[in-house]
Amino acid sequence: MVEEIGKTAEGDLIINVGPQHPATHGVLHLVITLNGETIKKVEPHLGYIHRSIEKMCESLTYRQFIYTTSRMDYLSAHINNHACALTVEKGLGVEIPARAQVIRVLMDELTRIASHELWWGAMAMDLGAFTPFFYAFRERETINDIMEETCGARLTMNYMVPGGVMIDLHPNFQTRVKNFLKLYKQKIHEYDEVVTGNIIFQNRMKGVGYLSKEAAISYGVTGPAARGSGVSCDVRKLYPYEIYNQLDFQEVLETEGDSFARYMVRLREMNESIKIIEQLIDNIPEGDFQAKTKAVLKLPKGEFYQRVETARGELGVYIVSEGGTTPYRIKFRSPGFSNLSCLDHITRGGKIGDLIASMGTLDLVIPDIDR
Amino acid sequence: MFSLESLTTLVQDWLTKTFPPLVALLFEFVIVGVLAIALFAALGLVLVLMERKVAAWIQIRLGPNRVGPKGIFQSAADTVKLIMKEGLTPDGADKFLFNLAPYIVMMVAMLVLAPIGFAKGFHIWDINIGVLYVSAISSVSVIGILMAGWASNNKYSLLGAMRSGAQMVSYELSVGLSVLSIIVLTGSLNINDIVLSQQNGWWIFKAHIPAIISFVIFIIAVTAETNRAPFDLSEAESELTAGFHTEYSGMKFALFFLAEYINIFIVCAIGATLFLGGWMPFHIGNWESFNHIMDYIPSFIWFFGKTFFLIFLIMWFRWTFPRLRVDQLLNLEWKYLLPISMVNLIVMTLVAIKGWHF
Repeated sequence: MVEEIGKTAEGDLIINVGPQHPATHGVLHLVITLNGETIKKVEPHLGYIHRSIEKMCESLTYRQFIYTTSRMDYLSAHINNHACALTVEKGLGVEIPARAQVIRVLMDELTRIASHELWWGAMAMDLGAFTPFFYAFRERETINDIMEETCGARLTMNYMVPGGVMIDLHPNFQTRVKNFLKLYKQKIHEYDEVVTGNIIFQNRMKGVGYLSKEAAISYGVTGPAARGSGVSCDVRKLYPYEIYNQLDFQEVLETEGDSFARYMVRLREMNESIKIIEQLIDNIPEGDFQAKTKAVLKLPKGEFYQRVETARGELGVYIVSEGGTTPYRIKFRSPGFSNLSCLDHITRGGKIGDLIASMGTLDLVIPDIDR
Repeated sequence: MFSLESLTTLVQDWLTKTFPPLVALLFEFVIVGVLAIALFAALGLVLVLMERKVAAWIQIRLGPNRVGPKGIFQSAADTVKLIMKEGLTPDGADKFLFNLAPYIVMMVAMLVLAPIGFAKGFHIWDINIGVLYVSAISSVSVIGILMAGWASNNKYSLLGAMRSGAQMVSYELSVGLSVLSIIVLTGSLNINDIVLSQQNGWWIFKAHIPAIISFVIFIIAVTAETNRAPFDLSEAESELTAGFHTEYSGMKFALFFLAEYINIFIVCAIGATLFLGGWMPFHIGNWESFNHIMDYIPSFIWFFGKTFFLIFLIMWFRWTFPRLRVDQLLNLEWKYLLPISMVNLIVMTLVAIKGWHF
């Protein structure tokens, strides 16, 4: 159904939210048509942080291009790198050792928790409560410190390579992760007390930004935003990769489709990730952390696609190879792009405060959208 | 109990002895003016630092601690910065209104200081309609805010000013009704009388349940009156980037900023006076010896202690609760607070007539 994309009537106000704005998480330019306090149309203008990553990758080798993706969705850096490594391994037909698989899944789940923590803090801050941000960062800093010890960096970790991981786990890794799990379990109830149970938050988020199941599927929304509307789309369950099919965790689904449902999905996903980490942390198998691969990688001629579940949704890496050392074309199916496309649909008829709440629960990271 | 009346009568006597009456009067004007401005400035400095330290404490961090021991000179540094900044007037702005707005808001804040009793015998103007005066003058600040929003020639400022205007006008009703419920008990609008009527106990204890309900409504309504979180959508940083004072910089912004903190002080002072006894120490009925001991603590310490406790409460709110959306905020006032205050007023009148309070 193609709607008449609203005409500006008399008395409508057109304002720009962004690109520099405290509430758009990154440089997102929204052109909003307002009638009084009611939103009539939201038009996102993208491209402010377009860095032509896909084009750049055409001149980088298969070992090098992986690390440009850390800068795409920087909150799920490990998971992005993981996706690229998996696609290359698919092309090479390489078998990953068990230890490497477990390490990769552990890093992925830690990243997912860190990403959801930051989302929680930033969303509460958008709605006006400044304190949860600091509480969220207290936990996130612990994860960043763990990453720094093993991978060498806190944000763009560059740890995955085709074949496994770059270097073995630091000897302190297990103890630190176990301490983190203890700390997390102590603090998670604070999140519910301070934010989830607060009636002002509930009123700001319940019934706001309703996304129906059909609309979610037709806009291509994936990740927690879609699972809040009841769409079962967790790539870890539907198209399992690595050892996810051997792990015991639930796919978190809510049916209401409003902002509060999306919020609860992410909070429960953090708990599910904790469950996965608990299952793995004591059972890291011994062995190689990297499969033997040639120094210079050449993918055979053909097309390879791999999808993973990042903290935002389904990321797909599509490599077209002509048989050389650099890819002919790389395309990233970014979760944020599709999630953003439903923003107009869910905020029409609401107020500016609702726009902020909905945008917060869609969890957009603009570098992921613009690449 | 300890009283500053001896000091004030001393000054008055000396002045009338040495100078003709008119000159003595002028001298007194000057002294009062200087004291008021000094109090204003001192309060501003203290409250700005207090806000930052309280915020930091709730957010598990330290707050300003570089400038001066424990950061006590931070406010002075902030003041110097604000004075030195360039005061830009935007291009299409209405120059007269743009420049006038901060002065109106500031003036209102200063005028409302007049009837408040800071200590026993220590008030600038003991007018017989004290509480009504405060209520009336504080309504004028709405004009200043609307002026600021309109004259900035900026869509965001206009939106912020309109929201703010609607909010302040609505919540004045709740403030008025909860104040009225205490006036019903005291029978007088004069602030000194109200404080003296709490000689045998503060109203919040004497008029138990209706007074507690009044107090809760009062605190909620004054947080909305002074545009503080969770009702601060006119300054919502993540939505409209500072609302009605977006375009102000330098000294004019400093005036808005200062006036907001003084407003907080004033409404907390009124709350402390009406519900918590103002400068009256904590007395319990006719426990003579206990009351006598309480009297040793000077009255201005009681007053400032109570006021700063309420200020801390209001600051606590800001860093705990998220913001209400504008329609939810007006909903809260018109559908919940106002009916509850009206019913509470009737209950309190009944309590006062039948004498069901202590």
